[in-house]
Amino acid sequence: MKILLSILREMADLPEDPHVVAEALNSLGLAVETMDIVGEPVAGVVSARITRMEKHPDAAKVTRCWVDAGDGQERHVWCGATNMSVGDIVPLATLGTTMPNGMQIARRGILGIDSEGMLCSEVELGISDESSGLLILPAGSELGVSPFGILGIEHDVVFDLDLTRNRADCWGHLGVARDLAAHFGTELRGPDADVSPVGPARSLPVEIAAGEHCGMFSVSVVSGVTVGPSPRWVSERLLHLGMRSINNVVDASNLVMLETNQPNHAYDADVVSAFLVRLAADGETLTTLDGQERSLHGEDLLICDATRGTGVGLAGVMGDLHSEITDSTTTLALESAWFSPDPIRFAAQRHGLRTEASIRFERGTDPQAWELAARRFVRILRHTCPSATLHEGATVVRTPECPVERQISVSVSRIAEVLGVVVPADRVVSILSAIGFDPQLAGDVVSCRVPTWRPDCLDDVDIIEEVARHFGYDNIGKTVPKSAVHGRLSNVQRRRRVLRQVLVGLGLDEAMPSPFLATGDLVSVGLTEDDVLHIANPLVADESVLRTSLRPGLLKALRYNQSHRAPRIGLWEIGHVYPRSSEQLPDETEQLAIVVAGGDAETALEHWNAICDALSVGAQLDQSRVPAGLHSTRSATLARGKQVVGVLGEVSPVVLEDLGIEGRVSILELNLTALLREEPKPTVARDINRFPSSDIDLAFVLADDVPAANLLRALKQAAGKRLVSAQLFDVYRGPGVPGGSRSLAFRLRLQEAGGTLTDAVIAEVQSECIRAGEKAGASIRA
Amino acid sequence: MSSQSIPELTLVADAVADGLALVAGASSRDDLRTVVAGLTGKKGALATIKASLGKVADVEARKSLGQAVNDAIGQIENAAADRERSLRSAELSERIENERVDLTELAMSQRASRRRGRLHLVTQATERLEDVFIGLGFQVAEGPEVETDFYNFEALNMPPSHPARSMWDTLFVESDVPGSVVLRTHTSPVQIRVMQEWPPPIYAVMPGRVFRKETPDATHMPVFHQIEGLVIDRGITFADLAGTIESFTKAFFGSQFTSRLRPSYFPFTEPSAEFDIRRPDGSWIELGGCGMVHPHVIRAGGLDPAEWSGFAFGFGIDRMAKERHGVEDLRDMYSDDIRFTEQFS
Repeated sequence: MKILLSILREMADLPEDPHVVAEALNSLGLAVETMDIVGEPVAGVVSARITRMEKHPDAAKVTRCWVDAGDGQERHVWCGATNMSVGDIVPLATLGTTMPNGMQIARRGILGIDSEGMLCSEVELGISDESSGLLILPAGSELGVSPFGILGIEHDVVFDLDLTRNRADCWGHLGVARDLAAHFGTELRGPDADVSPVGPARSLPVEIAAGEHCGMFSVSVVSGVTVGPSPRWVSERLLHLGMRSINNVVDASNLVMLETNQPNHAYDADVVSAFLVRLAADGETLTTLDGQERSLHGEDLLICDATRGTGVGLAGVMGDLHSEITDSTTTLALESAWFSPDPIRFAAQRHGLRTEASIRFERGTDPQAWELAARRFVRILRHTCPSATLHEGATVVRTPECPVERQISVSVSRIAEVLGVVVPADRVVSILSAIGFDPQLAGDVVSCRVPTWRPDCLDDVDIIEEVARHFGYDNIGKTVPKSAVHGRLSNVQRRRRVLRQVLVGLGLDEAMPSPFLATGDLVSVGLTEDDVLHIANPLVADESVLRTSLRPGLLKALRYNQSHRAPRIGLWEIGHVYPRSSEQLPDETEQLAIVVAGGDAETALEHWNAICDALSVGAQLDQSRVPAGLHSTRSATLARGKQVVGVLGEVSPVVLEDLGIEGRVSILELNLTALLREEPKPTVARDINRFPSSDIDLAFVLADDVPAANLLRALKQAAGKRLVSAQLFDVYRGPGVPGGSRSLAFRLRLQEAGGTLTDAVIAEVQSECIRAGEKAGASIRA
Repeated sequence: MSSQSIPELTLVADAVADGLALVAGASSRDDLRTVVAGLTGKKGALATIKASLGKVADVEARKSLGQAVNDAIGQIENAAADRERSLRSAELSERIENERVDLTELAMSQRASRRRGRLHLVTQATERLEDVFIGLGFQVAEGPEVETDFYNFEALNMPPSHPARSMWDTLFVESDVPGSVVLRTHTSPVQIRVMQEWPPPIYAVMPGRVFRKETPDATHMPVFHQIEGLVIDRGITFADLAGTIESFTKAFFGSQFTSRLRPSYFPFTEPSAEFDIRRPDGSWIELGGCGMVHPHVIRAGGLDPAEWSGFAFGFGIDRMAKERHGVEDLRDMYSDDIRFTEQFS
């Protein structure tokens, strides 16, 4: 929202320095995004008359001009413009001038002939964004003086405010001026709205047929109007505030809206002389001022010419093209209304038409501002139409929707409780009084009548915020609450951190791919899309699927790094997946996935083992259940009975080929929601057995399709309580071992609990183990 | 009787001379062990002489001879020990010399140069922030990333069609009731969940992933991270909020940094504020939003605002990481490009 300092100064006395004003705005919560100084005269630029002009035979694109700047000296200037003639008065930037864009005017030559300055356009002087040649000053203007003075261009400051959603009132300068006046302790004058003498009563009929959408509708009659151009200061101010000058009537209407936050519309009273506010019929059409014919919706609110029954404006959004005032208009019907915010917001959304009016109505305007707006309108108009007259007897119709002043009470002690600082009662009263809250102090309680321009103030906390804002957040002080809570990570959070450290310790880098997938991404890594949820309004179509697996994102990242020839790619991610559930929310769980380019099943096992060790968790490797999308002969499901906690192995060569990934890729995926929650019990210390141990080495031949784990389990069982450890120390395939099987050599370390092992016991264990191995389908190797 | 008169003494002297020569000639420690065993063992020359001592009739002569044999063994053993030392030293020197490696070459090997993995910058920043808040007495809470409209908006004092909802560009998830499930636009819904689940007093921070319908650019991502703080206790004031922000500022950024609050607006806090951090050079960082938890929000969390009050604050984590490491473009942080990641140990 753009705010002009000149307008604020008309409404209240403010400090000279604009930076002080900016600081006050920031401290009041009206954040200043930018502060631009505009209309600052360019020193060294003076008015000068063109005395003669001449074309140079060798320079087609430039003209030689001689100018008189009123100092009796004729200067020669090259000029690239074409819109000037001899006798025109134009701005001359004399030698040594620094232009607003930083350019220095120096003696420069073309074809060896010097230029003693530069003739300027509005753009070059920084007073407009576009121009079609030199700025031609009014005939008869004084020579040798600043063109800014001639044109009455105000030296001004534009604040661009980043207004918060609650401050509807600050969409008009008056709201900003009110806060500043309260802050600086000066009087709020408001805009000059003296329209005396007023004319005799003239009233136009108004009917509201949609009272729930329109709380108030007023029409004032203004006579003695001549439509024409606006004075420069009006068009200038509008331009600084981001609006274009149209004519004196439309400009006055717009300027009043910017000043008072009351949108309004001037109709030709001879054309529209009775008003009806009703809902549009579905499919009814209206051509808005932007020239678009719009098909209306049954929820759109329409301002109608009651005589004809036809629409003259899409209420709160934009007027009708065919009901515009014309050059022959002399009497105006000035309409100012209060519309319910939500319907206006929805209408603006429906028609893709956010206008200066709709922005204000959807935030909430002041249903009492219409009268000030009408008077200010006429006051501005009188600069161009001295006979413009506001007639008494304005028609004002209100419905039960019309907001009224709200009564809110708050105690001085409650203010101190919330803020943590005692704001004295008289200070509370003076603050609230300055912003128009009409405070009445009775004992400890301040009762406020919340003005209708503050629709955001609904509860006592809102009043407390107003007190805090004007008391100054910086004056509240800083204390630290005495917490009885001890800061710590939860068990899950602590274990997650351990896991992260294990993963980086394994040399693996954390990745964070997007959780949004394209349709087909899951299928391309061998998973299904049966249980996915879609984003209803995705930014782009190929980010419309919520992931149910971390795999697609990680493999994509792996492929990306492989395509950039990264020498070592090991990536992991801990993140959420969101499969569809029978509940309202998805079955959101936290997962871990690790992929390593060039890694194999053993790599995945190494990772799994490191994690099991660090987190004291475990699961069975079930190779009979082939995980979807993984290498069917080199992968396993991590199971605990029926519960699956993860998968590991290698990514299927089919998937890798489809994705264009080279070499093997090891993969480990775990459900962390299950694994991190487990809190392992503290281990109870065991005595070290200090008696000597003995090893038995046994080599078995076992078919390739029988899991080695079966054999190991059998051996462990057979060795019984004397077994300290069983280590597979050699695997051999080749001559001496039948095809389709391998030799597995185990070293079993035995120890007796209460003494030294005897040879007899060792021999007995050995034969038990051999028997057990053979029962498990292995044969002892001779 | 003089020693010259005992003939066996000559044998002892010869044995000693031969023995010392053999010891001196041993080429390795193994060799030496064999030589010494031969000389001083049961079958060695000295043992033979010793065995024949009983045949020497003269007591004195027997005594001198015995003494001589013992001396001889001692002499050989001493020589052997010396030889052992010098052989050991020569052998180890040789081995050490033969085992020479170029450590600068080894340092280039795959094994030696394998670096530790990297945590994502966002994870690093999150852990640092969590640690600072833990030090300030906060616990860490988490919540789902896909949320109901109730937690993301309604409980936060934004009833259906509340205009302030447009402050967030929301991504909606398909559901039976369209619009009722969203990708959370902020971490604030966790406030409500914590109030519902944890008994007060509550001192919690809630880091996590959030989503907005925004086109990625250098400073915005559709998926990014926030950390939210919530304090609910008896008699909590706005001054407590300002003081907590100040404590955090000093603990996280350093004692030279200060903070200030500026009035602002959020539907779920009242009074509301933006908080800025002042760098030692006097420049400001606009960090985040905060305020006193709105009584409606406390009620939505299942607590009585007449008994419990509190404050909340929140800010972006990604930006903290970006500023700390001078990352120009947020998209680089999410590229998963190892060349980017590996820089940040």
